[in-house]
Amino acid sequence: MRIGSTVTVSFRALRRNTMRSILTALGIIIGVAAVIAVFSIGNGAKSQVEAQIASLGQNVLLIFSGSFSQGGARSGAFGAGTLTPDDAEAIARELPNITGVSPEVRSGAQVLANGLNWSTQVLGEGADYLSIRLWPLSSGAMFTDQDTKSVGKVAVVGATIVKQLFPDDDPIGQTLRIRNQPFRIIGVLQAKGLSVQGSDQDDIVVIPYTSAMKRVTRQTMLRSINVQAATPDTIDDVQADITALLRQRHRTTEQTDDFTVRNQAEIAAAANATSQTLTLLLAIVACVSLVVGGIGIMNIMLVSVTERTREIGIRMAVGAHGSDVLLQFLIEAVILSSMGGIIGILIGIGASNQITKFMGWPVLVSASSVIGAFAFSAVVGVFFGYYPARKAAQLDPIDALRYE
Amino acid sequence: MAPVVQLQDIHKTYDSGEVQVRAVRGISLDLEKGEFMAIMGASGSGKSTLMNTLGCLDRPTKGTYLLDGVDVGKLDRNQLADLRNEKLGFVFQGFNLLARTTALENVELPMLYGKHRGSNVEIRKRAMHCLDIVGLANRHDHFPSQLSGGQQQRVAIARALVNQPQVLLADEPTGNLDSKTSIEVMGVFQKLNNGGITIVMVTHELDIAHYCKRNLIVRDGKVVNDMQIENRSIAELELKKILEAEAAAKLTGTD
Repeated sequence: MRIGSTVTVSFRALRRNTMRSILTALGIIIGVAAVIAVFSIGNGAKSQVEAQIASLGQNVLLIFSGSFSQGGARSGAFGAGTLTPDDAEAIARELPNITGVSPEVRSGAQVLANGLNWSTQVLGEGADYLSIRLWPLSSGAMFTDQDTKSVGKVAVVGATIVKQLFPDDDPIGQTLRIRNQPFRIIGVLQAKGLSVQGSDQDDIVVIPYTSAMKRVTRQTMLRSINVQAATPDTIDDVQADITALLRQRHRTTEQTDDFTVRNQAEIAAAANATSQTLTLLLAIVACVSLVVGGIGIMNIMLVSVTERTREIGIRMAVGAHGSDVLLQFLIEAVILSSMGGIIGILIGIGASNQITKFMGWPVLVSASSVIGAFAFSAVVGVFFGYYPARKAAQLDPIDALRYE
Repeated sequence: MAPVVQLQDIHKTYDSGEVQVRAVRGISLDLEKGEFMAIMGASGSGKSTLMNTLGCLDRPTKGTYLLDGVDVGKLDRNQLADLRNEKLGFVFQGFNLLARTTALENVELPMLYGKHRGSNVEIRKRAMHCLDIVGLANRHDHFPSQLSGGQQQRVAIARALVNQPQVLLADEPTGNLDSKTSIEVMGVFQKLNNGGITIVMVTHELDIAHYCKRNLIVRDGKVVNDMQIENRSIAELELKKILEAEAAAKLTGTD
């Protein structure tokens, strides 16, 4: 078939101008590499966010005090302390399909132990907290409902606290002073890494919420309530039940709600939306560079057609059809762009790995982005190669031969 | 046997806007197999147009042109291209080899566009054979820029031969060559013609035309003279004379 010959002819023509071919493909190489790198970073960020969302716990609902739409006086979550320990007890007591409820207060505090001090986050929680968040202990035990009832001075500490205050000793049984109150350490949490927001989740001290309210924050209101639904299917029901119960208790309506109930899926969606928006933005920039690369190919092919007018004339004189010439230039453009695509993919993957190595960002090269980028670069070749190729094919052999 | 080329009252008019240029105004011509004809004429005499018509690069506006029995006037662009590929070989004044392409690949070119394409080995073999005919088999991997003008023209002749054409068309093949190399190229043509190949060439040099068997003089788009050349120049002998003369010059020079 003639296609076989034409491919040979195209390769020969490109080989005759190796340098120009490489420079022409450079636009596509950069474009494809950028697309691959951007999508890899985006995917990496997405998978990281997903892992972090999973680390929130299983089937978790968060009730914040304050509301995003609180009548005339608008304030966001955590704006006003409106949740009480009684609310938490009511949820645990009255609603079905709930396997855990943990009231929460928080306070930053300077803690002392072992002759060292460290600024950390003190969490007042219920006894269910660790099971809600699927957070295992590396040693010791979690405090119990008994401790929350008796306002016990016990604490479970995160891995960072151990690293900072007990670099050499076993922290279990040691005393930790929070706002000058001594707490006995009874458990150490397993390291969990960074949170969705990028803060160190292990830099915490967990104490019973009753103790935190009485001895540390000296507040009567909760910051939030963590609730665990029994199964994923019941999350929506539980969310509706909680909303109804709290409206009844707080005597509010949808317009005047002083609390916000969020489930894990919503939090995940919000976090993903941010990273997706960013990925999309970068992808658009990368695609623009691909198009620019394509225009570069068209530019060079047009120059090439003019420069090789005589060659086209010779080819036609010895029997090339217009379609042979069209195919030759089209194949040249596609070879340029798909070669550029392949090199770009390799560079993109390499760059992604370097990003992980030097910047510590997680990257994930997905097969779909590789295939997509390659297909796109081939399409760019056909699209931007067609016009110059058609121009070449329509040349008159006599004029082309006479061209100086 | 029917003539290879039959022109009957060929007209060609170029319609460039308001002015009509009548380049060829009624030429009839028969060309038998094995002929070796030179078309001569001044600039603007219509010889290039006649050549383009013969070369199936252009269709006549009026008249019929039968090439090997095929009516060229009825063919479309692609059919003309196939006809050029199968039945014609082209040699140009400016050699028109592809730059940065080896002599062998240049010779292979017409076979790549052939309807019945052989294997790569076959193509290579045929191309080498044609280079051998013009005496350049040992230069097959040279680029045109590494070859002299005469050698480039011989590569072009090899390219014209490679599809075993009915007619070899040469448009001022010696125009860019010095007189000795011109005679060498004419020697190649004479050798090919002796082997049975029909050759038509355009030239404006009378002494070059004298190597052909038949001369056609064109003026104002018409044939004014069509004559057989008696005791034409034989390139081999002329070359020998030149070599002897050169040798003599050197002898007198050194003595």
